[in-house]
Amino acid sequence: MSNKDIIICRCEDVSLQDIHDCLDEGYTDFEVIKRILRVGMGPCQANTCGLLVQREIAKYLKTPLKEIKIHKIRPLVTGVKLQSIVENSKNES
Amino acid sequence: MKANIVIIGGGISGVSIAYNLAKKGMKDIVVFDDNYMTGGATGRCGAGVRQQWGTLMNCKLAKMSIDFFEKAQEELKYHRDVEFKQEGYLIVATNKEEDERFIENVKLQNSVGIPTRICTVEEALEIVPHLNKDIVTSAAFCHTDGHLNPFLMTDAYYVAAKRLGVTFYYREKVNEIVTKNKKIVKVITDNYEIETSKVVNAAGGYSKEVGDLAGVDIPVYSENHEILVTEPIEKVQGPMVISFSKNIYCQQVPHGSFIMGRSNPLVEHNHDISSTHDFLDEMSKTAVELLPPLGKLRVTRQWGGSYNLSPDRQPIISDTDQLEGYYIACGFSGHGFMFAPVTGLLLSEVILGEKTTIDMTDLHLDRFKNKTFKAYEKSVV
Repeated sequence: MSNKDIIICRCEDVSLQDIHDCLDEGYTDFEVIKRILRVGMGPCQANTCGLLVQREIAKYLKTPLKEIKIHKIRPLVTGVKLQSIVENSKNES
Repeated sequence: MKANIVIIGGGISGVSIAYNLAKKGMKDIVVFDDNYMTGGATGRCGAGVRQQWGTLMNCKLAKMSIDFFEKAQEELKYHRDVEFKQEGYLIVATNKEEDERFIENVKLQNSVGIPTRICTVEEALEIVPHLNKDIVTSAAFCHTDGHLNPFLMTDAYYVAAKRLGVTFYYREKVNEIVTKNKKIVKVITDNYEIETSKVVNAAGGYSKEVGDLAGVDIPVYSENHEILVTEPIEKVQGPMVISFSKNIYCQQVPHGSFIMGRSNPLVEHNHDISSTHDFLDEMSKTAVELLPPLGKLRVTRQWGGSYNLSPDRQPIISDTDQLEGYYIACGFSGHGFMFAPVTGLLLSEVILGEKTTIDMTDLHLDRFKNKTFKAYEKSVV
């Protein structure tokens, strides 16, 4: 199977080939790969692809996996509609 | 290690300055940044680029920057797409004071060739049909304003600067700027010592501290501005929509998601960049009030970033008589990303002793010392 057909980040449709290209260009920082390819920027926030990307970086740098820093996970934990936030805040006040 | 110049800060301003210097032939340029690329204010910004300002200087800087962005992809020979989209900024007025102020602003913008026009409510609705017409009184629209991907635009400059021989160190903190007899001698980082006579402070949110490292007093401070992004949907909104009175900016980026932000009038002056529930509440209320159908969108993520504010809300791009060889590009007051092309051009001219493209008196640090500044930029969210 071609690396182009192996999907690493399902939220943002990023393939294994995209990750390898980015590494070959010299970007080995998870935070930078995230910003160039959007891995981990979708609704799952890298819950699915995080470990896979981390493993590819570790392999590329020949470094133990635990030494590869993962990205900062931001709120919200799950998608919430703007309207629901508005209604909830009205109920609270 | 020796360098002709050390640039502190590898965000959009730093990479643009490095690129412009290298393009003019300067060798041995070294850039240090204590974070990953775009880990500071650049990567946290709202990704908009506009020319609709309330001061003549900001209008000029913005126009020159947009002129560059139009050809950036080509000039920088970038292999990815910087996602430049010119579908305008629609700045809506919600009261009489704004109606009148926008007419004045548009006159000013038109005088330097920025094609802004005043719109009636009906005309504004043709541009953004889902605007809440009950709260809008008029609007200003400039069709050449737009969007750019901050990460990829920074990377485009970075790649082009590297091709011209610039050396970059990310996650490498500058700890000391050593001076002797009011001259710079060297820069000391976590792992390196670089002999140099020139330093550029392009440190964004930390530019005051990088001034202090060299004993240069810069009257700027930082404050947290929060922002959120929604899930992507099919394209429904071309332009960025802004309201100063309602305190919101909101655009749909080419990816399909909506990015929106607002400022907190009670925010403290510090380096906090955390996310708050209050922001989420207030942002949601404002967005749903001004653009009601957006209520159906799910918020994916929120974050914060630093505005670095100057006393007149206009940038500081200059040298200083406080220290020979020390150059400053800071105080962008939330707009460093969109001014980056002109920042790099003008500061490289100052550094190389060339005649500057525009008169830079009103960008000089000294305008605060002598209190000669008159203009104050009000068009800020």
